[in-house]
Amino acid sequence: MTAVRPTAPAGAAAQGETLVDIDGLTIRLGREVVLRDVTLALRRGEIVTIVGPNGSGKTTLLRAILGAIRPSAGTISRFPGLRIGYVPQKLHVDRTLPLTVRRFLSLPVRVSDADAARALTRAGAAELSGRQMSGLSGGQFQRVMLARALLVDPDLLILDEATQGLDQPGSAAFYQRIEEVRREIGCAVVMVSHELHVVMAASDRVICLNGHVCCEGAPEHVASAPEYRALFGTGTQGALALYRHEHDHAHDHKGHGHGHDGHVHGHGDHGHDHDGHDHGSAT
Amino acid sequence: MSWLDSFLVRAALAGVGVALAAAPLGCFIVWRRMAYFGDATAHAAILGVALSLALSLPVQVGVLTVALVMAGALTLLERRALGVDATLGVLAYSALALGLVAVSLTGGPRIDLMAYLFGDILAVNRGDLALIWGGGALVLALIGWRWSALLTATLNDDLARAAGINPAREQAVLTLASALVVAVSIKVVGVLLIVSLLIIPPAIARPFATTPERMALLAAPVGAVCALGGLWMSWHLDTPTGPSIVTVAAALFALSSLRGLFGAGR
Repeated sequence: MTAVRPTAPAGAAAQGETLVDIDGLTIRLGREVVLRDVTLALRRGEIVTIVGPNGSGKTTLLRAILGAIRPSAGTISRFPGLRIGYVPQKLHVDRTLPLTVRRFLSLPVRVSDADAARALTRAGAAELSGRQMSGLSGGQFQRVMLARALLVDPDLLILDEATQGLDQPGSAAFYQRIEEVRREIGCAVVMVSHELHVVMAASDRVICLNGHVCCEGAPEHVASAPEYRALFGTGTQGALALYRHEHDHAHDHKGHGHGHDGHVHGHGDHGHDHDGHDHGSAT
Repeated sequence: MSWLDSFLVRAALAGVGVALAAAPLGCFIVWRRMAYFGDATAHAAILGVALSLALSLPVQVGVLTVALVMAGALTLLERRALGVDATLGVLAYSALALGLVAVSLTGGPRIDLMAYLFGDILAVNRGDLALIWGGGALVLALIGWRWSALLTATLNDDLARAAGINPAREQAVLTLASALVVAVSIKVVGVLLIVSLLIIPPAIARPFATTPERMALLAAPVGAVCALGGLWMSWHLDTPTGPSIVTVAAALFALSSLRGLFGAGR
């Protein structure tokens, strides 16, 4: 257990106003409690990654932020007029449906050619405009999905396992793209991913979820937290360090100091009952 | 309106009317892989025929009612334990069998079952024509009105919800449109062949289309050509008209598939 601190105030310049404030969120789907007493805030300009094992409620949390699921208890307050861009988990476009990338961007709301071109360029998909959706590669497809999410000029970009099915260089390139987009338009980004080392390296803050918030903070803090290691083992930390190293070489992050105050919640912090969890040998 | 006195003209108008109404809806049925759903709705229609005969109502009224009930039941049962295909199979064939039994009980021997199973386009009267074109216009208006929302919901439920579209409502729109098409086309091609008019013209149009709109706009005239070609074939070869229409459609589909396989139309 490392430094235990209360939720950090938005002191650093890189972290702006609070866009989404989640307080004591509990969600039941049927009889099952999927999320329990989740409290967290998303601020303008930060990249937040949610990690957690399968069935830990990651997608449910994203959908609650989107407004697709109502809280069973607790509140989600959104910044007035908050514009959300959403990149869904996986989308299958049936081959029977002829659909160009350009036409896809105009669904369901028609967008001008200029707006479409701008979004495609930002997403690195400018050359794909005339292509058929069903003929795109995985990486191309996700860039188009990103472009579509950027059309609304989002304050908050939500990505749910957006790199599923991409190989590792493909994922890394995609998350680099996300970082560039964040820098360009200053939106907040929340994403869920299984590729811990890739995605954590690109994050300002990591939230480790397992029905409740196990721990949260800067990637290094979370990666070394016992709760995280109990869920994912210690191996991923090495990969994280390795990846960061390579990443820094390949890609010069100017002004990378996001000034995030990492903090890790202790077991007693939230009064969570951890008895039911197998924390394995790491504890 | 003396030109409507010719049964051939009425048949041609009926065939073209049904084809035009069916094409855009058929595209959605193809894109959403709902063909079996359409089949089940159509098969249930024979039960509607029996109902209409028993209550002395116009056939289309009973068919529309039963098709709607069937589609509603399918939507409700879809998420139950039995798989979708098995549920559809149970309901479709139960309804078809029940309908056949009920028709023979209520109508007696004077009812020509073949007319309802395979259509009797040459017997279409002016009232039928009015229903076909009125119902068809309604279907087209409905699909046209919901077009963007339907297309978005077809792509992905979450994407639709994120845009403020309720996927269940769009599904209901398609259900209603399917029931309408089944009701107005029962006299033209009959319950066993209705779905072919929904699906084959869009399938023919697919290799030639780059956007959903073009596919729908192309499928409509293709459907009309199938209807007129089938009528022509039936007239010259003295073959049953409904199956002739589908035969022409199948032939065009074979040609179109060649284009899809070897052409550059992708």
